[in-house]
Amino acid sequence: MFQFLGIPPQALFGQLLIGLINGSFYALLSLGLSVIFGLLNIINFAHGAQYMMGAFVAYFLLQYAGLGYWWALLLTPVLMAGLGMALERTTLKRLYHLDHLYGLLLTFGFALIIQGVFRHAFGSSGLPYPIPPELAGGRNLGFMFLPNYRAWVIVLSVGVCLVTWYVIERTKLGSYLRAATENPALVRAFGINVPRMITLTYGFGVGLAALAGVLAAPIYQVNPLMGADLIIVVFAVVVIGGMGSIMGSIVTGFALGVVEGLTKVFYPEASNTVIFVIMAIVLLIRPTGLFGRAS
Amino acid sequence: MRNPVVIAATALALLAGPAQAQISDGIVKIGVLNDQSSLYADLAGQGSVVAARMAVEDFGAAAKGLKVEIIFADHQNKADVGSQIARQWYDAEKVDMIMDVPNSGVALAVNQITRDKGKAFIVSSAASSDLTGKACSPNTVHWTYDTWALANGTGNAIVKTGGDSWFFITADYAFGHALERDTEAVVVKTGGKVLGKVRHPLNNQDFSSFLLQAQASKAKIIGLANAGGDTTNAIKQGAEFGIVKGGQNFAGLLVFLTDVHALGLDKAQGLIFTETFYWDLNERTRAFAKRFAERNRGIHPTMIHAGVYAGTLHYLKAVEALKGDDGAKVIAKMKEMPTDDPLFGKGTIRADGRKIHPAYLVEVKKPDESKYPWDYYKVRATIPAEQAFRPIDQGDCPLVKK
Repeated sequence: MFQFLGIPPQALFGQLLIGLINGSFYALLSLGLSVIFGLLNIINFAHGAQYMMGAFVAYFLLQYAGLGYWWALLLTPVLMAGLGMALERTTLKRLYHLDHLYGLLLTFGFALIIQGVFRHAFGSSGLPYPIPPELAGGRNLGFMFLPNYRAWVIVLSVGVCLVTWYVIERTKLGSYLRAATENPALVRAFGINVPRMITLTYGFGVGLAALAGVLAAPIYQVNPLMGADLIIVVFAVVVIGGMGSIMGSIVTGFALGVVEGLTKVFYPEASNTVIFVIMAIVLLIRPTGLFGRAS
Repeated sequence: MRNPVVIAATALALLAGPAQAQISDGIVKIGVLNDQSSLYADLAGQGSVVAARMAVEDFGAAAKGLKVEIIFADHQNKADVGSQIARQWYDAEKVDMIMDVPNSGVALAVNQITRDKGKAFIVSSAASSDLTGKACSPNTVHWTYDTWALANGTGNAIVKTGGDSWFFITADYAFGHALERDTEAVVVKTGGKVLGKVRHPLNNQDFSSFLLQAQASKAKIIGLANAGGDTTNAIKQGAEFGIVKGGQNFAGLLVFLTDVHALGLDKAQGLIFTETFYWDLNERTRAFAKRFAERNRGIHPTMIHAGVYAGTLHYLKAVEALKGDDGAKVIAKMKEMPTDDPLFGKGTIRADGRKIHPAYLVEVKKPDESKYPWDYYKVRATIPAEQAFRPIDQGDCPLVKK
């Protein structure tokens, strides 16, 4: 049988698909980070914690309100976006005139506190969250068994990514947003409420993180540490893609998922470092990232 | 361009978490060194500190005029962090005995440091059978279980019931390697064969790639040579990929009570594995579990917690008998005295540092068989103490005269 570097093609296709699925999470999370950085100039270190909280909100909704997965998918991003906007209004907006580092330190502090509180309350083993019955099971694609839920994850995240990109890069609203980052004073002179727009943008970014959290809940354990584990990789994705580049985040997220998936076949021991190796190389060759514009 | 994210990523590496308790000049000072913040924090973590404190109270140290102090720290699953804490404890903070230490990589490092400093080390969490094999030390007792015992209990039982072809998903560090090695030996010896293996980084989130490889191998049994969050994630995602429906079965080679709790019975049911302690074994273990859970956020004791309790108790008895706390002497005394505690019953400690007690082959109950909270296991078989652990002459421990 035909083999590629000793790996049968079936296995290879399977791993590519798996890579795409993991890439979906990278893409969703790095997209949120990029939107926030691009429009607010804040490096949102609390992103991982917000992703984790998204998963927990889904768990709480199921446990205490009896609301299942589909409600969680709808309500969680909204609730978390509200929480994010409250955070932005009360704390972050005081830092816009300062260096990036202040926003970074503040959100980093939030991340530590949130993570610590959840760990104290819920331990580190995580809580179970079932796959919704509509998406249980899977289909045999011939070269691999594809769980329906994972297929859903790809479809939804590709959809969300594309819509976000379209709204920001191709619509009038998006053009206001982009203009507001370039020159807030001028945009305000046109009668547009810039602070409110920024608040909404932060809320949207947090909502994206929470959405990823809900998507992740049935796959991974709902675990206080899930964000901390993932966010480091996601930051690497953002650096590779180019800070603040929307399309860069999406494409890089999916691509790095695939690269990581392939590493798991050829040299699994390196699978959690390969992304950082790529990050180092990209930083040496193109410090602004693959899709970044030199500033 | 200045790239704050890079600075940030560096800062994030420090995120893993602090937690170091403080000091005094107590006479017998016990340092519980374990994972307080990551994937092994529920199966050991604060629970081990609670168990050690309970042992000190039950021993009646205060009434006997013995001043005992318990401190703890988080080694973050890093051998360098663990070593640094161990050195600081021994050199500057007058710690006499280090307890617990999950993560065999860290435990092997602490094992050597303890020996160099002439202190005492009681292992409850770490699993590598090398701790009483080629790395055995006159300053170390390995209390609760080891990779050989797990392999022997679980491997034997599974091969005998027809699970004769295996694929290993192994955590890529000292513990996973030892568990895989010991299990493979049992599988091959009992007539089974190993079709393949894959090694994943510690604290891995997504197992789908490895599961796919395991599925492609067509092995009847997928042996999980990992622990804690890694095991629960692999089993949970295995259900998603239809591993069990496809006719393959998981062998969780090291599963703890807290892992079953985290998975939920519907995902964990039917798993067979080896434990040396279960809280619902008898009146004494139940009484302990009740007191323990009240002090540990309702979480019932794992065998690690039981080992910390029993090990601390026996250590204090030896200190009392010896009227001193010199590391090597206390360990020698511990080996000389028979052990007796409410959790493991009567037992002994061998010359190579191996504590001997029975092991239990348990099966996780179906959801409808579970009658009350934490009612998770059926004990399928009891492996007698003398068969549960590696025979003393097979471990290549230099302390054992041949």
